[in-house]
Amino acid sequence: MLSGLLARLRLDPRMSSMVGALVVIAIVLDVMTHGLFLSAENLYNLSIQTCVTAVMACGMVYVIVARQIDLSVGSLLAFSGMAAAWTQTRAFPPGSTAGWICSILAALAIGAAVGAFQGALVARARIPAFIVTLAGYLMFRGAAFLVSDGQTLAPLHPTYQALGGGVDGAIGVPASVALGLLAAAWVVWHATSTRRDQRRYGIEPAPVWVDAVKGGLLCLAIAGFVWTMCVSPDFTNLDEAGTPKGRGIGIPVLILLVIVAFLTFVAQRTRYGRYIFAYGGNPEAALLSGLGTNWLVWSLFIMTGVLSAIAAVITTARLGSGANSIGQLQELYVISATVIGGTSFAGGIGSVPGAVLGAILIASLDNGMVLLDVSSPMRQIFIGIVLIVSVWFDVVYQKRSAT
Amino acid sequence: MSEANVSPAISPTAAGTPLVQVRQLSKHFGGVHAVDHVDCDLYAGECVGLLGHNGAGKTVLTKMLSGVYAPDSGSILVRGEEVHFESPRDARAAGIETIFQSLALADNLDGPGNLFLGRELMTKWRTLDSRRMEFESSKVIARLNPNFKNILDPVLRMSGGQRQTIAIGRALYFDARILIMDEPCAALGPAETRMVLDTIKRLKAEGIGIFLISHEMHDVFEVCERAAVMKNGALVGTVRIEDVTQDDVLEMIILGKRPAKALTSG
Repeated sequence: MLSGLLARLRLDPRMSSMVGALVVIAIVLDVMTHGLFLSAENLYNLSIQTCVTAVMACGMVYVIVARQIDLSVGSLLAFSGMAAAWTQTRAFPPGSTAGWICSILAALAIGAAVGAFQGALVARARIPAFIVTLAGYLMFRGAAFLVSDGQTLAPLHPTYQALGGGVDGAIGVPASVALGLLAAAWVVWHATSTRRDQRRYGIEPAPVWVDAVKGGLLCLAIAGFVWTMCVSPDFTNLDEAGTPKGRGIGIPVLILLVIVAFLTFVAQRTRYGRYIFAYGGNPEAALLSGLGTNWLVWSLFIMTGVLSAIAAVITTARLGSGANSIGQLQELYVISATVIGGTSFAGGIGSVPGAVLGAILIASLDNGMVLLDVSSPMRQIFIGIVLIVSVWFDVVYQKRSAT
Repeated sequence: MSEANVSPAISPTAAGTPLVQVRQLSKHFGGVHAVDHVDCDLYAGECVGLLGHNGAGKTVLTKMLSGVYAPDSGSILVRGEEVHFESPRDARAAGIETIFQSLALADNLDGPGNLFLGRELMTKWRTLDSRRMEFESSKVIARLNPNFKNILDPVLRMSGGQRQTIAIGRALYFDARILIMDEPCAALGPAETRMVLDTIKRLKAEGIGIFLISHEMHDVFEVCERAAVMKNGALVGTVRIEDVTQDDVLEMIILGKRPAKALTSG
């Protein structure tokens, strides 16, 4: 019955089952934590905690779709994060506006340069990506240490710290509501323009109620998210009566949303995205079709490098300092989120929104278990199990749908 | 060796400049001469069969014509003008479409995605125009195989004949004047083979020149005007199909010698 409804709604079974799993996990954790997990305050924290993993997972989708791997993203996060912190604390006087802007540029430049270097080794020198980025994993962790000889670099500029979603790190209620309305308007516009396009080429669009239900669900999710973020109290920002104002959407979440929207668009609507998927589906076909396969592979590592740098900015901003230990084990969480989100190691299959859902799932479990006082080793064991179970489900599902 | 000797068998139906002239083309991989000073012509509206054992050099020869490999020496002339292909894109731009034996399809993409791979139709915003590609693909596919409806499935889920249809459709849509088909019927059932052979005949009638690699002597004798036989990278000879029997051609393939009576042809 349920699968019939899903088919009628033309929903992706993989995505909808992930959303279903997420809802179940959220309810169970909420009951176990006596309402703590689904409190607005915790959900705000969760949204911020998701961002670092999710930002990098968006790029990892492309990498794994093209049959490559990048194990260096965690170390590169540390290296570019340390470069940003060094620029701010050592190269510029404290509190300088130019300092924090240049520190972001420095992090992005390092991320792009390192990515270009690793990409060249993979695409031009033909060294397997696993080896290149395994070496990168070691080298850039070491480089992160050498930036300040292991010292923690602080303090970072208050405006910069807002990028981490902490103090003043959200956009407030009015802007959040406006953004939510904009998103809802986009959902409606997208549905109607798709129907118009289909009619123009004589394709029968789905029944109106199907699009209405789908659009309604999406708008409901947007409204729920915006509402939760807006009721999350900001204790550093009180009104005249002394009650905390609502936070609104966190800045890291905004950065993530821009990246997700951009990379989803690139995957579905541009030549570049089409070629990455074609290359992952059949590298020989891509070559015989005259696609510039070297450049495609090369570009992937530049992308993950830049995204690692963005994640590094969010991480250091959130911590308020630069420490060389940041991003440890992050590459494994990023790859896990990507795979849980439905990206296949066989290549050619994967989606950016899926990887974000995977990142939310991992962050939710981690966050919930922290609330339940589960120890760090136990959390790692549990997330490992979830990774295996999710891929196992996928294998079983693929088998059943193939017959 | 003079020019007259190298291409003794000229199709009587074709006149003027050949669509393709291959002159002393060579390619070696290490010490192996995959293609060794091969000459070959293709005229508009004719089908030339490329025959030979596995490893005779047929595929390498066609891959040079389709821009995948660069020749070590020799030249390729298209409509009388010498061409140098840096990539498959250049060959396509010169009007040479190739249907590779592997079909070169990305299994995860749908029919239109594969049909337009590398030559996507774009909107005025420089984004992929998926609807238009879907529309155009269904038109091309309907011409080849009216029963083929599920073109929006990933190619992975299609039958051998459907995959072949996508690959042929890809060549047709872009108005190929020169078509290279590498064993197009190898994995097909009788009905699909018929579809491919009928397509070849129709394309010839439209003035398209076709190189057909095949091991199926029956197919070659049905659709080809001439046959070029290769052995160990070298050209054994080119014969007119009407002048020879299947046994003659088999002898050329196996022994690497030209039958006596075919020597006089052309």
